[in-house]
Amino acid sequence: LSRIGDELYLEPTESGLSLRAVNSSRSAFASFLFAPLFFQLYEPGSAGPDAELFRCKVHMKSFLGVFRSLPSLEKSVGKCLILLKPRASRLVLQLHCKHGVTKTHNLAFQECERLQAVFDTQRCASRLCAPARVLAEAVVHFPPTLAEVTLGTGPGGRISLRNYVEDEAGESCGVRSPSPPWGALQPPTHPVPPSRAEQDDGDRAGLLSFAEASNLPLTIHFDEPGRPVIFTLDDTVLEVHLVLATLSDLESSSQSPSTNGVSHLPAPSDDFADDLESYMAAMETSEGCSEGPPSPTFPLHTPRPAQSKPQQQEEEEEEEEGAVPGTPPHKKFRSLFFGSVMTPGRPGPATTQEVLAEDSDGES
Amino acid sequence: MPLSAQPAASGERYALSASLDNARHLSSLLRAVHFQDHATCLATASGLRVTVEDAKCIQANAFIQAEIFQEFSVQEESVMFRISLSVLLDCLTIFGTSSLPGTSTALRMCYRGYGYPLMLFLEEGGVVTVCKINTQEPEELLDFDFCSTKVVNKIILQSEGLREAFAELDMTSEVLQITMSPDKPYFRLSTFGNAGSAHLDYPRDSDLMEAFHCNQTQTNRYKISLLKPSTKALALSCKVSIRTDAQGFLSLQYMIRNEDGQICFVEYYCCPDENITEAEL
Repeated sequence: LSRIGDELYLEPTESGLSLRAVNSSRSAFASFLFAPLFFQLYEPGSAGPDAELFRCKVHMKSFLGVFRSLPSLEKSVGKCLILLKPRASRLVLQLHCKHGVTKTHNLAFQECERLQAVFDTQRCASRLCAPARVLAEAVVHFPPTLAEVTLGTGPGGRISLRNYVEDEAGESCGVRSPSPPWGALQPPTHPVPPSRAEQDDGDRAGLLSFAEASNLPLTIHFDEPGRPVIFTLDDTVLEVHLVLATLSDLESSSQSPSTNGVSHLPAPSDDFADDLESYMAAMETSEGCSEGPPSPTFPLHTPRPAQSKPQQQEEEEEEEEGAVPGTPPHKKFRSLFFGSVMTPGRPGPATTQEVLAEDSDGES
Repeated sequence: MPLSAQPAASGERYALSASLDNARHLSSLLRAVHFQDHATCLATASGLRVTVEDAKCIQANAFIQAEIFQEFSVQEESVMFRISLSVLLDCLTIFGTSSLPGTSTALRMCYRGYGYPLMLFLEEGGVVTVCKINTQEPEELLDFDFCSTKVVNKIILQSEGLREAFAELDMTSEVLQITMSPDKPYFRLSTFGNAGSAHLDYPRDSDLMEAFHCNQTQTNRYKISLLKPSTKALALSCKVSIRTDAQGFLSLQYMIRNEDGQICFVEYYCCPDENITEAEL
């Protein structure tokens, strides 16, 4: 999560503790949902009939500082207690160590709006599932400073990972990874041309190392260029999602985005906020017809923040002076993913794909 | 020129002369108090004491008893001089700091007296180095007037329990707050940094606790930048004694066992921080 954003969002829910992060350009989002069974004790607190469960965000560095040295933590810490104390404005992390020693960290937090990405893995045309090790072996061929990679499918179930290097003469060359033995490739549900998606490799690398360490199979849900790609890891007590925006394919920009029945929507006018509203309304209508259960943690639409009380909106921190002034951040976030679909031929905000979360540890 | 038994020429008497088979017994201890460039050396019949001070509120002393040396003789009642500790350490470790098994640097130290430089003869593997380090007028040292009768609270802990804590102290905090009490939290180290506050609690019945004599609840704050160098002494030691007196002066005494199993001591004294603000919970 620290590879993605500088702030850690903590949201206790009935279905578990959700830790989330988003990057500054809102093109990458990750969440880890720890089910109640993961913990020895899980008490999300009681929410009143109108109130939501308390949530907050803390500086990533402050939080990580508590768990600084993993090897020594493993040796000396028996238990970790996490307490959220809204009235004291403190997030308490208490480590019970050997020899009876107790380390208590009282971290300052900020209240925040709900951080949520809107995505639906069911609606992705393609899905591929493989052990993380397999994907890592493919990625290892690429230079470590790689910022983008293209994931493509071809006929016969071939998967390619391609990078793009531009030299001074303007030529391009690339490394195509040989087709590794992927497992469980689900053929696209709609007939779509070979889809390509590009994403920032830095964010993905963090998830890969986590997946490898936890020995869980990784599932990649992807669709045509411009639509977000979703990596998921699933376990009995843990659910991980990494959502990355992709670059829309300039070559295929002439094609109208025909998937999922959004082609009839109007192109955005100057009044972006209004159009976003109508677009979202149209989306919600069409989503109502789609099959499959929505992801339990990440509903397709976010009714609650939309209905949030005015005072809560005022409490929201202005995280970005955005292109859409006055719009609450969660809508800006959704617009990022759908932006490139709405404006065919023009790359969406996702094209500013600089390396977002620098790897401060220098791991390869 | 053999190092040992260099007979003094007639009329020449060294105010201080000492021999040590393994210079590391001296250099490792001096490193534990090396937070300032200069140190004051005091040699008496009982041994060598090296003192370093800073900001008129912290003092560290390294004690190397006469028994540690193969030869130790002091002509007058005491010999005192000021010297660059950085240079002294560089000379003591002139053959390198990595310790290969079986090799050690032999040391002979000679000091003629007031106004003369300190002479070091160092030998390893047949190679001899001679160093002459200028000495200066000793400065007046702080006297913390810390004696056992004035001690209010005293704890003796096994160093292994504190080492990690001190190495990981939140340096964004200006102070290290030490609470000692006959009641909970018994012994607590607190920092107040940018991320928030952190407390490290050691219960009185912890198996790290060798002795617990707290009569009064005391909470004192010390400048963390002054205490941080004591981490070096902590790393070398096997036990540490923590004492405070009625004014909140802190005494940290570290028991250090060297490679040959001999015991040496390093102590740190620190004044409490004058700016008293409400401690966060």
